[in-house]
Formats: sequence, C-alpha cells, structure tokens
Amino acid sequence: MENNQIDSKVSETIRPTITAKVEIPLQRSKLHTEDLQVDKMVKSESGLETRNVHAWFDKHHALADISLHFPKNTVTGLIGPSGCGKSTFLRLLNRMHEFIPRAAMAGEVLYAGNDIYDPGVNPIDIRRRIGMVFQKPNPFPAMNIGENVVAGLKLSRVKTSNKEALIEECLTRAGLWKEVKDRLGSAGGSLSGGQQQRLCIARALALNPEVLLLDEPCSALDPGSTLRVEETIVQLSATMTIIVVTHNMQQAARVSDYCAFFLSDGGPGQLVEADLTTNIFSHPSDTRTADYVQGRFG
Amino acid sequence: MVVLAAIGGFLLYRGFEIFKDFGFSFITGSKWDIGNAEDTSTAILGIGAMLFGSVITAIIAVVISVPFAVATALLIEFYVPKWFKTILISVLDLVAALPSVVFGIWGYAVLLPLVENWSKTIEHYLGWIPIFNVPSGIFGRSPFLAGLLLGLMIVPIITSVAREVYSQAPRDLIDAASALGGTRWGALRAVVLPFGRSGLVGGTMLGLGRALGETVAVYLTLNLVFQVNFKILASAGGNVASLIATKFGEATEYELKALMAAGLVLFLVTLLVNFGATIIVNKSRKIV
Amino acid sequence: MSVVIETMPPVPTQPWRNSKAQGMRNFLAIVLALICGGVINRVTGLSGFLGLFVGTAFLFPVFVAFANINRGANVVVDRIASAVIAVAFIAVTIPWLSIFITVFRKGSEAFHSSYLTDDMRITPSGDDLQYGGIAHAIVGTMLMVLVATVISVPFGIIAAIYIVEVKGRFASLIRFLVQAMSGVPSIVAGLFVYSTVVTFFGGFSAWAGAIALSILMLPTVARTSEEVLKLVSVDLRTSSSALGATQARTVFTIVIPTVASGLITAAVLGVARVVGETAPLILTSSYFVATSRNLNEPIASLPIYIFSSLGLGDQNATARAWGGAMVLLGLVFFLFLLTRLFSSRIKRK
Repeated sequence: MENNQIDSKVSETIRPTITAKVEIPLQRSKLHTEDLQVDKMVKSESGLETRNVHAWFDKHHALADISLHFPKNTVTGLIGPSGCGKSTFLRLLNRMHEFIPRAAMAGEVLYAGNDIYDPGVNPIDIRRRIGMVFQKPNPFPAMNIGENVVAGLKLSRVKTSNKEALIEECLTRAGLWKEVKDRLGSAGGSLSGGQQQRLCIARALALNPEVLLLDEPCSALDPGSTLRVEETIVQLSATMTIIVVTHNMQQAARVSDYCAFFLSDGGPGQLVEADLTTNIFSHPSDTRTADYVQGRFG
Repeated sequence: MVVLAAIGGFLLYRGFEIFKDFGFSFITGSKWDIGNAEDTSTAILGIGAMLFGSVITAIIAVVISVPFAVATALLIEFYVPKWFKTILISVLDLVAALPSVVFGIWGYAVLLPLVENWSKTIEHYLGWIPIFNVPSGIFGRSPFLAGLLLGLMIVPIITSVAREVYSQAPRDLIDAASALGGTRWGALRAVVLPFGRSGLVGGTMLGLGRALGETVAVYLTLNLVFQVNFKILASAGGNVASLIATKFGEATEYELKALMAAGLVLFLVTLLVNFGATIIVNKSRKIV
Repeated sequence: MSVVIETMPPVPTQPWRNSKAQGMRNFLAIVLALICGGVINRVTGLSGFLGLFVGTAFLFPVFVAFANINRGANVVVDRIASAVIAVAFIAVTIPWLSIFITVFRKGSEAFHSSYLTDDMRITPSGDDLQYGGIAHAIVGTMLMVLVATVISVPFGIIAAIYIVEVKGRFASLIRFLVQAMSGVPSIVAGLFVYSTVVTFFGGFSAWAGAIALSILMLPTVARTSEEVLKLVSVDLRTSSSALGATQARTVFTIVIPTVASGLITAAVLGVARVVGETAPLILTSSYFVATSRNLNEPIASLPIYIFSSLGLGDQNATARAWGGAMVLLGLVFFLFLLTRLFSSRIKRK
C-alpha cells in the first residue's frame, strides 16, 4: 500500500528525469528558462509542448522521445538533414500523422494545457486551431482566389457574417492583398508559386488558428518569393506561434527565434539540441549541430 | 481501323436502299410494317420507337448506376484497408466480365417479379406523374426493368473508371483539406469529387455506350412494342439492338436491309458516344 | 525504481482509433437499424429480405447520426456520408450475390452425371432433365473461341507493339481507334459479319461466329497487351539496343519473351470477354443440336444454348438454360482465375 503510493509519487516526480533522457539536458533547460518569463504572463495559453513523443510507421520507429516547448508568439525552426523526422514531428502536432495507415505514436502533445491526443478531443478542432501549410503550394484548383481563402470555413462548417472582410483581412495578413485584390475571382492556379504559397497561408489564417505549422514552405519557390514568404512569417509571429521546418540554414537564421536540430543516425530521428537560434548558429553545444549548421553534412 | 471502316461501309452498303426509300423518317418513324412481302413499296419501316427505347433504357441505367458507382469507387479507394481493396477490385473485374446472357436470365427470373411489385407500388402512389402512369395496367417487362438491369451491368464499368481517376487525386490537396479542419467526407467533396468529375463523365459515357448497344439482356426483359413509350413502368418498348435480334430470324430480304440500316444507326450512335468518352477519359488522365 | 521507469520502452499507440464507447455506439446504431428495419418489415408492405434491407438501409445513417451527435455537426455529416456510402455499396453487391447464388441453385437442378458429355441430338428440350446435355454447346464454344483467338491475338499484339514499341506516326490514332472499337455493340459486329461472311459464303457457319468473336476480342487483347508492354522497363530495351540489336530483334528476342505471361493474360482476358457473347452468334453461327466439329456448318454454343432454351418457355428447357448459365459462369470464373494467376506472376518479376 505504502509502496504503491511512493511509486505513483515517484513516477510523477520522475517526469523531468525522463525528459532529461534527451541526452542534452542543458540545452533543453536553457530553452525552458528562456520562456519562463513568457510563461508567467500567458500561462493559460502557453503555445505548444510535446512530452516524450515517439512516432512509428508500422514497425519502423521514425521518431524517438522528442520533448520540446514552443513558446507563444515565437517562431521555431526545425532543422536537420532529410529523413530525420522533422516533417513527421510537424504532422504529429496537428494530428495529421494519423492519416498514414498503420502509423502509431506515443507521448503527449500539450496544447493550452491539454493533450491533443486525449480520446475526448476532436481532431478536427485541433486541425482548425493548429493550421498547416505544405511544401508545395496547393490552392484548390476548383476554386477561385476568394473561395480558396474561405475554403477552411466551408470544410469545417464554420459560419461567418462577413466573408469579404475576412478574405481581405486574411490576404492582408498573408501579405497578398495588394497583389490580388482586383482578381479575387480568378483561379488560384493563375498566381505565381510564391503568391500561391501566401494564398495557402491566407487560407490557413481564415480559421484564425493560434499555431501555424509550415512544412518547408519555400522549398519550391524562387529566392524572391522566398523572401516575401519569410517576411509574412515574421509579421505573423507577432500574433501567433509558428513552427517551420526548413532545409535552408539562412532561412532558419532569418526567421526563427528558436531552433531545434533533429538527427537520425540510421535509427529513429532524435532531437540533438534546441536553443535560441543565435546560440545554435554561434556556439552550439553539440559538435554535430555545429557540423550541420556550418554545412559539413546534410 | 480497317475493320471499323469495313463495318460502317458494309452496313451502309446493305442498308442504303432503306435510307433511300425512307430518308429521315426511318429514324423518326415508329411504325414497323413490312406490308406485302412481294411489293416493297407497301412497307413502312421506322426505328424511332426503338431509338427512343434505347435512349430511355440507357438513361434509366445511367441515372440508377452513377450514384452507386461513385459510392462504391469512394469506398474502395478511401474507406477500406488495402487487402480488402485488392479483393474488391478483382470482384469488380469479374462482375464486369459476366456475360450479358447471364444478367438477362437472372433479370428475367429474379428481377422481373420484384420489379413488377415495385412498379405497382410506385404507380399506386405516384401514378399522377405522367411517366409513372400505367393506363394499360400491364407492368412486367418494362423500360424500367430493362434500365435497372442495364444499370446493374454498367455499375462495374463506371466504378472502375471512377476509382482509377479518384486514386490519382493529389494527396497534398487531400492533406490540405484535412489540415483546414475538413473531415474525410469534407476532403472527398472538396478535392476528390471535383478532381474526378471529368473522369466520371467519361466512365459514365462508356457505360452509356454499353447500355445503348446491349442486346440479349434487353431482349429478355423488355416487351418489343413499336410505340414511343415514355411511361417507363408500362410493359412496352424495345431497343435497336433487341429489334435486330428479334426480327432477324424471320425477316424478309427487304426487312433485313432495314435491320442493317438500323445496325448502322446504332453503330454510329455508340461510336459517337465512345469517341466522346475516350477523349474525356484520356484528357482526365493527362491532367495528372 | 526510477531505473525501471526509464528503461521502460515507449509503447506505440493509436489514440485516434475509435474509442470502445464510440465503437459500441456505432454498433448499436447497426443493431437498432436492423431491429427497426425488422419491425417495419413485419408491419408494413416492405416485406422479405429486400424489404428488411431497404428499411435498415434508410434507418442506419439516421442512427449513425444520433450515435455521433455529441461530436459536432461536421462529424455527424461525415459519419452520415460514410454510412450512406457503405449502404450503397452493400446495395450494389446484393444483386451480384443474387446472380451467383441463383445461377448456382437453379443450374445444379439441370445437372446430372452425363450432363457435360451428352448433347441434344436425340433429346427434345422439354424432355426429362436426366437426358441430354450440353457437350455440343461446350465443343462449339471452344472451337469458335479457339479460332477467334488464333485470329485476333496476333493482330492485337501487333497493334500493341506498334503503339508501344514502334511508336509510328499513327500510334495514337490506332490507340484511339482501338479504344473506340471496344465500344462497338456486339450485335453490330454480328450484323457486319452476317452481311459479309454469311451472305458471301452461303449460310451460317462456325467460321462466321469465330470471325465475329475475333472482332470483339481484338480491342481487349490490344489494350491489355499495350499495358503489359509498357511495363517492360526502358533499361531492358536500351541495353539490348546498346548491344547492337535492331529494334525488331529487340522486340522479338527480349521484349516478347519477357512479357510472355502478360500477353497470355491479354489473350485470356479477350477470351473471357467473348465467351459469353450471345447477340453476334445469333446472326452468325446460329444453333445446332448435335456435337459438331465442322466449321462450315452452323454450330452450337453455350450462350445460344441458354438463349434458345429460354425462349421455349418449357419448364425443363428453362432448367436446361440455367444449367448452361452455370457452366458458362464457371467458365468465366475459371478464365478469370487464370488471368489473376498470370498477372500475379508478372508482378513478381
């Protein structure tokens, strides 16, 4: 009896020890101390947090033991070579992971203090609050620009009183309004690649998400368009939490406040180091991070 | 190609006299009377009623089969696990290969009594709508029965074309719809159905072509009566193909020529439908 | 103690799976729909198995909606759509199953020990079912299909080779025509052969039937061969050409042997397509009651046997028709299994 009590106590207090298994307790705690100040102010809606998250595809262990905290209204860059599980991790954050047949996971993803994988949680609500933009710009071909922006409302059956105002607001926030305001009726496919990607961002914004996930949003774009999208990301971070997967070190340095470096040594992808972006690029504590950010592999 | 040209050519050659004698009224007229066997000028031949029968049974078939084909295609592609999907695709191919005579005898023996009952019920409640009205009181081998049977025959055809097109719907668009808070059905409606629309139209036209040209199944389930019958529950109708099969046995030489001409009309109509279908299906494949 | 917890491996879970409670509710929806369907079945005119199905089919989506009512309008619509799709699918499979079951049940009535070896030479169709058989029809069908195969397979494969390998100027045109040709109504093919072969050579014959069948077979063979030939990797061809082989040699020594089983599949599919064709045979090979191997004479065939027995209206004749349908169905099924066997072999390569 007594033993049991101790057991449960231990297992509760032990949590930090488990997270410390990430082999880099120092870096992680640094990240925590950094956002402690933020946390005090907005404790109730403190961004997004993962605890000991694993991912599998069938038998293949793709991602091991990721514990990260994404403070509110910051940009976090997820960097690392291909195949290290960055995108898988990103898809875990808004429950897109489960669309892959025979995928599985373990651990907790906390959003506003609740695990988004709790049985009572409606995944559709989660995806509405945690928006996502993909690698390839993908406006819906059967809809025009305006319809694309409000497609999410239609999909999730949300009513809005003033569609026009919402379209304008979202396109403005995505930095696209001036370019397209005179041709909202034309097809989304008629825009350039960079404009299409910002249209996709506007589309995600229409549902007014608090978190925005971007999966290599610029990898299909030319440098000019990339810059425009990056500007948009920085502007948006004033009002929302943004997590962006990128292969481009300069981009990570330009847009992100924090960086998390993922790496796979043939086994499941792991978190090597997470810290302020400036620290990651100037004096990373892990030699592998240093090698990667200086372009020695990957 | 040679064969196609030869088919058209020979049927035209054989049926030419008929077209010369009757002109356009061969297609619009709905009377089939060979008159005096010795004197061909007494004959009045027109396939209007049969053409109408072909079209109405084919339309009934398409209207019935398309929703079921779409549902089946969606189920196979998006709702069932992979092992079950392979089985279902095999079953679909098998049913598409079932001989029409088997469909026909089943339609005659099993479907006919059922449909007769349904028709009576429909007439009882909806008889005030002209197409459901049956003044003769004779149900049975009606355009509705033939159309229903044809519908069952073309479901596998439409389903496999639709399924193939749906399977090519871009994954990233489906993901995007899901990420915007769409349910599975929401994503299917917003992405997959619009994407597959032209392919579905093409597949439907392929099915339409098959339904227009079907002989034996219609022969067994539709009462050959020479009248334009739009009362689809009444036991009267026929289609061009079954006309040929029915009249062929005891036809006079002149009537045979008329049957050739009818065959030519059927040939041209189905060729047109199939050309259209092929173009549309090929186009929808190219988009990808 | 902390060691124990630390070394505990993480367990893969799928928290998105329907919870047990939700699964129970969905199951309850089916059961309730069935019960209510049953009640309606008893009390109203919707009787019999089909009535039960119709009642249940309409109620099931409604109950599913109630089972998910606590999960928001969006989910409810999604669940209703799933339920409707499932119901529509089941509705489609019922007639298919019914066809197989009916043919098997009624067909086995006509079966007796020498059914497959006797013919109808001395047996009137209305005679007792233990006399007579369908040997003549089987032999006739086999003969005509064999001749049709010999005619159409070479042409079909040549057309496919022209489209895929030679890529001649008319490749896309031929491809288009082959596709369009596959839609030619079978009775039109029959009429064509009647107007040519039958009228020129004086009367119905197995030859005429075989030619009509080969016209219908050709597009199937050509299209399937085309698909198969496309599967042969370009590498294989280039490496052969690099060895100095001409294109014709490459095709005949490398490509064709590699895809041999695929081409056989094409032929078998073609056979499956025409083995049950009825309409063209009415106009070409007609019917004959005795077993015959003479290709210049009218000949029996399975579809016509079914068709003509059915036309007699006699009870025993109708039973014979079902027997023929069962044999025909078995034949199609067998051919179908054969194609699966071959195509799975291709994939393994």
